[in-house]
Amino acid sequence: MTSKPQFAGRSLFDLDDYSREEIMFILEAAKGMKEINLREYKKIPTLKGKTVCTLFIENSTRTRMSFELAANRLSADVVSFQSSISSLQKGESLQDTVYTLNAMGIDLYCIRHSSPGSPQLVNKYSGKPVINGGDGRHSHPTQALLDIFSIWEKLGDIKGLKITIVGDILNSRVVRSNLIGMGKLGAKVTVCGPKTLMPSNMESVYDCRVEYDLQRALKDADVVMGLRMQLERMTEGLFPSLEEYSKHYVLSKETLKYAKKNALIMHPGPMNRGVEILPEIADSNQSVIVEQVANGVAVRMALMFLILGGKA
Amino acid sequence: MKTLIKNANIFTQGKFIKGDIFIERKKIAKIGGTITVNADKTIDAKGACVLPGFIDLHSHLRDPGQTYKEDIVTGTLAAAHGGYTAVCAMPNTEPVTDNIASVEYIQLRAKDYGYARVYVVGAITKKLAGEEIAEMATMKAGGIVAVSDDGKCVQNARLMLSCMKYASNFDLPVIIHPEDYSLAGKGQIHSGKVATKLGLSSIPGLAEEVIIARDIMLAENTGAQLHIAHISTARSLELVKNAKDKGLPVTCEVTPHHLVLNEEANLTFDTNTKMKPPLRSEKDRLACVQALKEGLIDCIATDHAPHADFEKEKEFDIAPFGIIGLETAFPVLYKNLVQTGKISLNRLIEALTIAPAKILNLPGGVLAEGKIADLTIIDLEQETLFSVENILSKSKNTPWLNQFLPGRVMFTICNGNITYKDSESE
Repeated sequence: MTSKPQFAGRSLFDLDDYSREEIMFILEAAKGMKEINLREYKKIPTLKGKTVCTLFIENSTRTRMSFELAANRLSADVVSFQSSISSLQKGESLQDTVYTLNAMGIDLYCIRHSSPGSPQLVNKYSGKPVINGGDGRHSHPTQALLDIFSIWEKLGDIKGLKITIVGDILNSRVVRSNLIGMGKLGAKVTVCGPKTLMPSNMESVYDCRVEYDLQRALKDADVVMGLRMQLERMTEGLFPSLEEYSKHYVLSKETLKYAKKNALIMHPGPMNRGVEILPEIADSNQSVIVEQVANGVAVRMALMFLILGGKA
Repeated sequence: MKTLIKNANIFTQGKFIKGDIFIERKKIAKIGGTITVNADKTIDAKGACVLPGFIDLHSHLRDPGQTYKEDIVTGTLAAAHGGYTAVCAMPNTEPVTDNIASVEYIQLRAKDYGYARVYVVGAITKKLAGEEIAEMATMKAGGIVAVSDDGKCVQNARLMLSCMKYASNFDLPVIIHPEDYSLAGKGQIHSGKVATKLGLSSIPGLAEEVIIARDIMLAENTGAQLHIAHISTARSLELVKNAKDKGLPVTCEVTPHHLVLNEEANLTFDTNTKMKPPLRSEKDRLACVQALKEGLIDCIATDHAPHADFEKEKEFDIAPFGIIGLETAFPVLYKNLVQTGKISLNRLIEALTIAPAKILNLPGGVLAEGKIADLTIIDLEQETLFSVENILSKSKNTPWLNQFLPGRVMFTICNGNITYKDSESE
């Protein structure tokens, strides 16, 4: 008999840190939280008296709102730190910023930062648990958890599912965390994109298959996830034009013929419609893109609840 | 000052002998056997080794300009603590050592306050900007031992051709920091599995290799003496081997960290594992160890690069590159390469002493009668905790912090004077 997973006081830097059983436990907890989000009065007093800080050094309105909504629904106090109006713009270091925030009695940090490893630094300087809301191109574990939750909710057991992720693999933190999480749950993941947008050694770093040809990648896929072309992270010419990219890698009715009929369509957003995915697919019945957003709140509520040791 | 060292295990003529050493008038007057003389100071070195003082071809003393990180006093004190009696000061100071006044400043400071010999390396190009040749001839007359744009790399091949021609005209060895900027980009760590996992921008081995290939060809064309700093990849070593097989005057150095650590050290995001060139793959590391063993890599250099805590305690991608190395070079290598049987103690000593001396034609590196009294006394059996409290460098940026390291330096003697004495030694 396995013991109940312990989450209190732990950080979530990436899904590496959590076992398969712990991931499943989070998904189960998120299921309960999703039910709360469907009520007329969407609030429970679980984290009353706790303070959550959303420390967003990199802009992201959607993810920040998702974290803040999650904390609010659990009745935690929320303070929001945004770098565009912060002391960091005046030259203060992350270390000093965290010391200052810590002095105000923060219990949990949810951080978004362009530097890989910055959540670990916040944890080191604060001594408080940290949920990584995306660090550079490194990881985005809450996105991966909500992606996995969305698949689990629709298709059940992840084990053995064929999942294809298409797009800018090189610059995606989402794909890195998903590969870890989906791998732990036994999915067979294929990543696909042009060679210039594919990191080296993918197959040896992750348990995945690499394909440069979209048709081959999509063959018999149960789940198809498009990824945004992260133009802001591309400093050099890695592909000739969005038009050419789209011709070869867009998710369309035509290309999705190779996947399983009714394959689940996903995208972490924001989408470049017409570039990586056509509207006919993004808005189709197979798509769970909008549900992914809703599930994000539930998953983050579950994590906050478990990490801050909330009592049900 | 007459100093007598008794009962030592002395490294001389490539081997260890038991006996005494007598130092008089800054030179080794007698070596070996039992020496009975009147001395001003007698050191009992029973159980310890007496080695030639180590010589570092690659140190950043940060003086002038960044003395909050290190200065000539603390840098040479750290050197003496690590068993070094001579260091070569790289020119990427502020202002850059690209003129005679800067050369003289370093020499004067070192002469008056230094705990080790300081040899000045002048810049290849003015302000290390890679645009105009620095005043090499004037600096040579002022005493520089080589030229280098270390920390930077001359990108323009035509200019580098002229620099090598000009340097060879004045018999100045050219030390290169091989890095093609267009390939290195904004890379933080080696282009390998760890970079893929961490999502950090990466620096491919190619960035080093294409410059080494280019500069070997330029050296062949110009006749310049080329020394390659901090070599780090297996392919770079192949290029050096080809050059040496052709009889070209090409030498290279490796750092202790590239011999002991690989890219996996970056997995913790510890900025004390961030250096240039980056820690490479295990295959590259093993190739470096083998090349050192076989003599393809000529010598070991520390690339001692001090940075203050507030600079290193930052997000990985904005923290500066580099670690300190003068105090850890010998113990780290002794522990990881000699005690594990990867290389012999003799080869390690050679790579820290006579080999660097030969490359830049410097005095020291050997213990023999009539030679300068530059030596270090080390107890190989004793371990010391390498902690913030006992680091003498002004900066503490090292991945070996709080580790027990073997090989305690008891005394360092430079030019016949004791420059470092361990507190537990008499």
